[in-house]
Amino acid sequence: MYGGGNVFEATKFDTLQNEDPVKMAEFEARIERGEKIEPNDWMPELYRKQLIRMIEQHAHSEIIGSLPEGTWITRAPGFRRKLAQMAKVQDEVGHAQLLYSAAETLGKSREQMLTDLINGKSKYSNVFNYPAFTWADSNIISWLIDAGAIVNQLANAKGSYGPYCRALDRICAEEAFHLKYGHDAVVHMATGSAKQREMIQAALNRWWTPIMHFFGPPDKMSTHTEILMKWKVKMASNDDMRQQFLDMYVPKIWELGLTLPDPNLKKNAETGKWDYTEPDWEEFKRVINGDGPCNAERLAVRRTAEERGAWVRRALLNPKSKYVKPLA
Amino acid sequence: MNELAIKDLLYKLADDELILGHRNSEWTGFGPILEEDIAFSSMAQDKIGHSLAFYTLLNELGEADPDTVAFTRNAEQFHNSQLVELPNGEYDFSLIRHFLYDNAEIVRFEMLSRSSYEPIAKVATKLKGEVKYHVLHANTWIKNLGASTEEAILRLQSSLNEALPYALGMFEPSKYEQELIDAGVYEGEEAVKAEWLKRIQAVLEKTDLKLPDLESIEPKFGGRYGQHTEHLQPLLDEMAEVFKIDPTAEW
Repeated sequence: MYGGGNVFEATKFDTLQNEDPVKMAEFEARIERGEKIEPNDWMPELYRKQLIRMIEQHAHSEIIGSLPEGTWITRAPGFRRKLAQMAKVQDEVGHAQLLYSAAETLGKSREQMLTDLINGKSKYSNVFNYPAFTWADSNIISWLIDAGAIVNQLANAKGSYGPYCRALDRICAEEAFHLKYGHDAVVHMATGSAKQREMIQAALNRWWTPIMHFFGPPDKMSTHTEILMKWKVKMASNDDMRQQFLDMYVPKIWELGLTLPDPNLKKNAETGKWDYTEPDWEEFKRVINGDGPCNAERLAVRRTAEERGAWVRRALLNPKSKYVKPLA
Repeated sequence: MNELAIKDLLYKLADDELILGHRNSEWTGFGPILEEDIAFSSMAQDKIGHSLAFYTLLNELGEADPDTVAFTRNAEQFHNSQLVELPNGEYDFSLIRHFLYDNAEIVRFEMLSRSSYEPIAKVATKLKGEVKYHVLHANTWIKNLGASTEEAILRLQSSLNEALPYALGMFEPSKYEQELIDAGVYEGEEAVKAEWLKRIQAVLEKTDLKLPDLESIEPKFGGRYGQHTEHLQPLLDEMAEVFKIDPTAEW
């Protein structure tokens, strides 16, 4: 799961002017030809900075994202769901591990990234600042947030930075299973007892705004990202990804007899695009800046985990004996 | 073979695996490093899968289906040792418990894989291959952290002392113990314990941890007969929270 490259910094052209023009031209030509940039290749500082920022945010989103669904592992109803929910959330933590490694190739350590997360310096996907009140919320996350993530990640997997693309290829393969799992769980709820139908509809209503927020602010409100698109750091515009998501999933949601809490949502026959009510972008800004329903709780959990685990990391760094072969 | 004795054994195995699997899964998102988060989650999945395999055997012997058995019984109906129901505590306690438990479980599974009762022998043969990795994981970490900083050694030693009475509780004999041994189902809990002791000693010797004198420790018995700590019922309530909204529904 992932919150989209929607918090890019404004491009500072000053920094670009300090770059070697010959190397820059060569770099851009490589990207233009579809080549991948690898860790030891020359790259402009802005490229490095934006990629660290993006991959790091993605990694944080995976570990923070494991919390709302993780809450439901111990309460998943029945063996089938319990086993699947555990495997699904474990995958997300595994994605964080892959992504931190990809980001480390650009020169920032995992420890530093986690410190920045805990200190609130580094962001993660906005959606995980909303609570998963019921089991049904967890199902909606597994289906629709993961669906949104796939739209985003499939686009980014075609980007220019080799290690990130390779991590995304692996992640997308797993996300495809999550999507099936989430869809299956939602189908059971939507076609189940009256209580189950009520639970899943309520969860969908709660999650619609965060889902619409998921792809980031409308293009007209976003920071200029032309150079990042040219460098294949950002691969699709927020609006394009949102449209793609709506196109793929709104019909599937309606097919299940569920409704969406937006009376204006419909496909416009003339433009071929979806019309919808803009979600509250002020709320988006508030939440991303720390004032959402769960921001404090999510970071507190992460901080506690880091603090409680600190002695383990210290011990690992100070073995009394040096092993010449692996212990296991 | 006395079917009650077999059922009792199966419940013991299944309940231990379910409850410890549940506890392991609570580490998801909270591990001291991501790799351990993932490892505990893997073991949780294996253990809950193992419990399902044993509940399935029980189902074949006429007990209710695995979901009903796992999600609707009360604490007094559970046969797990008290060791597995204790809260995770800090990572040192979880690691020590994992070490003490899995080194016993592998011995039990090895014995059961030679069982005269074929359905158990088949399942145990399959599962011991997975438990092998759990043991490898536990032993590696104990060797690693048990010979590292003073802080880590102190923590692990204190958790070891705390967990041992409960660990000895794992070997509480069943009321069918002699019957199971005579019928060749397995060699019984005393035999499991003796082999377990050898194995944990071999690992602890490579660390700065000291195994207290087991003779002076009173085992925490009762779990096999439905007597549990105050921690089990809340765990079960949490586990069944959604299931019980509508036990007849398909989730």
